[in-house]
Amino acid sequence: MIFQDFVFYTLAAILLIAGLRVITARNPVHAALFLVLAFFTAAGIWLLLEAEFLAIALVLVYVGAVMVLFLFVVMMLDINLDRLREGFWSYLPIAAVVGVLMAVEMALVLSGRYFIEAAAPVAKPAGYSNTAELGRVLYTDYLLPFELAAVLLLVAIVAAIALTLRERKDSKFIDPAAQVQVKRNDRVRMVSMPSYTEPEAEQAQQELKP
Amino acid sequence: MMESLQALFGSSWPVVWTLAKIVAIVLPLMIAIAYLTLAERKVIGYMQVRIGPNRVGYFGLLQPLADGIKLLMKEIIVPTASNKGLFLLGPVLAIAPAFAAWAVVPFDATLVLADIDAGLLYILAMTSVAVYGVIIAGWASNSKYAFLGSLRSAAQIVSYEIAMGFALVGVLMSANSLNLGKIVTAQAGGFWHWYWLPLFPLFIVYFISAVAETNRAPFDVAEGESEIVAGFHVEYSGMAFAVFFLAEYANIWLVCMLAALMFLGGWLSPVPFLPDSILWLFLKVGFLVFCFLWFRATFPRYRYDQIMRLGWKVFIPITLVWIIVVGAMMQTPWAYLFH
Repeated sequence: MIFQDFVFYTLAAILLIAGLRVITARNPVHAALFLVLAFFTAAGIWLLLEAEFLAIALVLVYVGAVMVLFLFVVMMLDINLDRLREGFWSYLPIAAVVGVLMAVEMALVLSGRYFIEAAAPVAKPAGYSNTAELGRVLYTDYLLPFELAAVLLLVAIVAAIALTLRERKDSKFIDPAAQVQVKRNDRVRMVSMPSYTEPEAEQAQQELKP
Repeated sequence: MMESLQALFGSSWPVVWTLAKIVAIVLPLMIAIAYLTLAERKVIGYMQVRIGPNRVGYFGLLQPLADGIKLLMKEIIVPTASNKGLFLLGPVLAIAPAFAAWAVVPFDATLVLADIDAGLLYILAMTSVAVYGVIIAGWASNSKYAFLGSLRSAAQIVSYEIAMGFALVGVLMSANSLNLGKIVTAQAGGFWHWYWLPLFPLFIVYFISAVAETNRAPFDVAEGESEIVAGFHVEYSGMAFAVFFLAEYANIWLVCMLAALMFLGGWLSPVPFLPDSILWLFLKVGFLVFCFLWFRATFPRYRYDQIMRLGWKVFIPITLVWIIVVGAMMQTPWAYLFH
């Protein structure tokens, strides 16, 4: 148990520091990388809770895909930090109100009766598969919510593409289907050209011969 | 002997034993990586009617050692305008996941470091983390060519990861498990029972995506010598540069090992009269790695838009269709073909 506590507190400390650095780092790329670190450590804490499927899914989806795209965009931005910080003091009062409100809400939720239970869950027997259990519950008891969430995501994908798609007249693209159907005669014209030698050149060659 | 060692280390024995197992995997892997560099130069050399390296040692066999010593002796130049911490973190992040993924790879029915249930997911997660090395290296170099290389690489790896993931979904549907050992034992019964046959489109998609995922020719636009000099590692020198290459070759071994485990029956013997053995696994992996070298010597580099088209418009639809086919066939009397 002592070793597990040690791992937990180490991971928790790294997670807190990384989370803090996400909002305090001056460079947006550093902030994004600290967010990656935060996700990774959070996955470690989930592993301690024996939720290995969720932990690996967190690394796979958020670290491996979402944050790569984030970095992709952030790296290409040329952000002027001084301009970003211009209105800091004028926004501070309203931001402080929102922040305090959020903190109070979280305190209310976390101190509510759902979070009082402190009894540690019983350790699972060997051979217990977290992944299989999760799949079973997801596709039996929660089938309808699961499918609804899937449809919602699909609609969101279609909407995102439909909103950003614009037809451009000047964009160049190739049509592979047309490319493979090209015949030789479409591209090359065969011309019959009989060979011909200049008479003077022929004569000069004759003279050169001994 | 085991008992006396156990007594010697006392309570720290599990840690020592695990470390010993890690060394037993990583050390042969390092040697395999080193000799893959020689094999690549030799194989491509013979394919181009050259001899390849043959000066250092008999048949050039000490060439990887000489290369290693040379690279160790060279200075690591950190560009003045680079982001120094991240510049040095780049190679580390490239090689760490490439080695970490080997933790769950089974070499035999019992020979595996960590026999975890979600092994396949773990490997997918580790290989998806590997892209950070390239991205960070390209950005921290503060160089235009390096940056272009890292952008290309990021887009390419994210695209092909989807096709690769879907190809693996077909495997785990057939095997009913995410555990790599169970996936192999589910293919028992000889050559015609391996998953390459029922999942043939997925096997092809997986293998080509693996080539793209490891940034190898013909998908090596991230390096693209003729367009962006050397891509993301143009500013690296000495051992920092070598680490990127080690990571690339470690990834080649890894993806070939996975292809052998999931589609070619791992350590299972192709014919019933020969016993299952780890040698079969090495033979299969060796053949797949040879294919990687063969591709490099054969195909010209894809254009960038062609790579993206192949990934998104060809591979992902193929995998989706075949997943539906597998799922539908499992409800029919022919379900046994897909198990």
